[in-house]
Amino acid sequence: MILKELQLLTPELSLLVFALLVIMLDLFIKQKKVLVVVSIAGILVSAGFTLSLWGIHATDILYAMLSVDQYALLFKLIFLVAAGLVILASQDYISKFAQFQSEYYALVLISALGMMLMAAAQDLIAVYVSLELSSISLYVLASFLKDQKSTEAGLKYLLLGAVSSAVLLYGMALVFGLTGHTCMPCIADSLKGMPISNIMQSPALLMGLILIVAGFGFKIASVPFQMWVPDVYEGAPTPVTAYLSVASKAAGFAVILRVLFVVFGATAWLSQDWGLLIAVLSAITMMVGNVVALSQSNIKRMFGYSSIAQAGYLMVGLAAVGMAAGSDALGRSGLLFFLMSYTFTNLGAFIAIIAISNKLNSDQIEDYTGMSKRAPLLAIALTLCLVSLTGLPPTAGLIAKIYIFNGAVNHGLLWLVIIAVINSVISAFYYFRIVKVMWMGAPASEEKVPSTWALRVALSLCCLFVLLLGVLPAGFMGIAQAAVKIFTGS
Amino acid sequence: MVFDIAFFVLAVIIVGAALAVVILKDVFRAALSLVMLFFTIAGIYITLHADFLAVVQVLVYVGAISILIIVAIMLTHDARQGSTSGKLRIPAIIVGLLLLGMLVFTVVTTKWQLNNTPPLEPTTAAIGMKLFGEGGFLLPVEISAILLLAAVLGAIVLIREK
Repeated sequence: MILKELQLLTPELSLLVFALLVIMLDLFIKQKKVLVVVSIAGILVSAGFTLSLWGIHATDILYAMLSVDQYALLFKLIFLVAAGLVILASQDYISKFAQFQSEYYALVLISALGMMLMAAAQDLIAVYVSLELSSISLYVLASFLKDQKSTEAGLKYLLLGAVSSAVLLYGMALVFGLTGHTCMPCIADSLKGMPISNIMQSPALLMGLILIVAGFGFKIASVPFQMWVPDVYEGAPTPVTAYLSVASKAAGFAVILRVLFVVFGATAWLSQDWGLLIAVLSAITMMVGNVVALSQSNIKRMFGYSSIAQAGYLMVGLAAVGMAAGSDALGRSGLLFFLMSYTFTNLGAFIAIIAISNKLNSDQIEDYTGMSKRAPLLAIALTLCLVSLTGLPPTAGLIAKIYIFNGAVNHGLLWLVIIAVINSVISAFYYFRIVKVMWMGAPASEEKVPSTWALRVALSLCCLFVLLLGVLPAGFMGIAQAAVKIFTGS
Repeated sequence: MVFDIAFFVLAVIIVGAALAVVILKDVFRAALSLVMLFFTIAGIYITLHADFLAVVQVLVYVGAISILIIVAIMLTHDARQGSTSGKLRIPAIIVGLLLLGMLVFTVVTTKWQLNNTPPLEPTTAAIGMKLFGEGGFLLPVEISAILLLAAVLGAIVLIREK
């Protein structure tokens, strides 16, 4: 029996083995390029195992700690893709800490492992421990450069992250005290059996819900738990910023959707209560992210606020899931589609930024003037990603927004969608400011911007998928729908 | 009955020590109050019949972590002057009090799940079974092992020479 369960755990186990291998090989191998190859091989092997489990009937393993289902598998693929692209894109950056490459790769792999476990975790304790696994690796990665800004970023991330973990644990403890369980379906059963018909009748449930949302809100960077984002994004090494903005956020959404849907989706009224809570937070998050992004002059800070705004759009989908109270899957699959689209788009944008800012040694938007002449391909790729982030055709961003907004309108959140559309228009101002700067002005120097093959491969993959998701969304939507089936049945 | 009295005595000391940690200007004294806090929490565990947890609390927190904090204070010169009072002191107090009020209200008004069976003693074997045995928390234990590995890697990276 245990062997059968370990077989379902192969994606995680293989990734761990390769992470250890990278550390070990570093001791014996002089040619450090091998480490990149091993890391990428680990990701490919793990992705291969994940795909081999695709289509599996949902199974609880290791005493119901993890649930191996389509939903978790899709998220595992997203994390692996993000980690792989980030490792490829780090090649232009790695010279800044050449001696510590193996630790860097190993930490990226281990944090991906933590996220994979998060997406599959079916028990609050497993959720918490795997969340810490990914977070601790990310704290270190954020301060990897050891210069003043990077250290500040790491320290801020660590301190605020620790507070948010404490808040999350307090929420979990309240829920445990109320129901006597840590396994999510057991909590849901226990809540169903309780003689309450309104969340106000159970202050412990209310506080538990609020504290858990606050704890995860830090991870997905929702207002009012977003204060760490601009500083950490600015100070962290750019590949790590890309990783944080994509994988860490996706992991946050993976776990918050599962917890809210399985635990707090126990009854219809409870589901609509958190739906409304998320809807209000979502409106504020979009507003704050977009309005503050308008006045940023540092491109990494701007993308920090932009990622807050994007979290706001994602929360529109989350709110729709809550309002639907388990009745249809559009909100959920829309959320997954948006996450796929956001992963490729934001990674693409950051990969272009890595190449450009490496040459410029600056993250100021004004220094991007005339970039279309110095690096035409990078400029085209960055423009495509910015178009997708705004949500214009023919890119993934448009389709993703349509799905999410459609789901929200179907469940009485028209007001929220109107706010979201207004916000998309606001966002066009700052996204297109970069496009304008790149294509209009005259460059400060004629020097070309160099980039490695690895970075080019990663960037072209991102652009390819941004276009594919935009032009042929049906196939990817099918995948997203298959991934949320597990929830529809329960 | 004895435990009831002990609980309230310990609770008063805990709150006092916790306040001292936050209020005291001298970092070293704050650290000593923290040790006091850790120690009294071990006492609370005893009143709750959690003998194993009480011992671990003393070993890990009172024994290891407090030494770590004190050595860290010894080695960092700037920290000894203590923290300056920030502009956000008043808002922080208000938010803290609000949170306290909400949590107290929650704890007092909720009907918690109570168990009438007498507490298990000694708990050590039972905890071991729960962690490693059938139907237990084996996976989180293994994940924490990897977590420690990540922390060691992080320490190596962060203490390197520039």
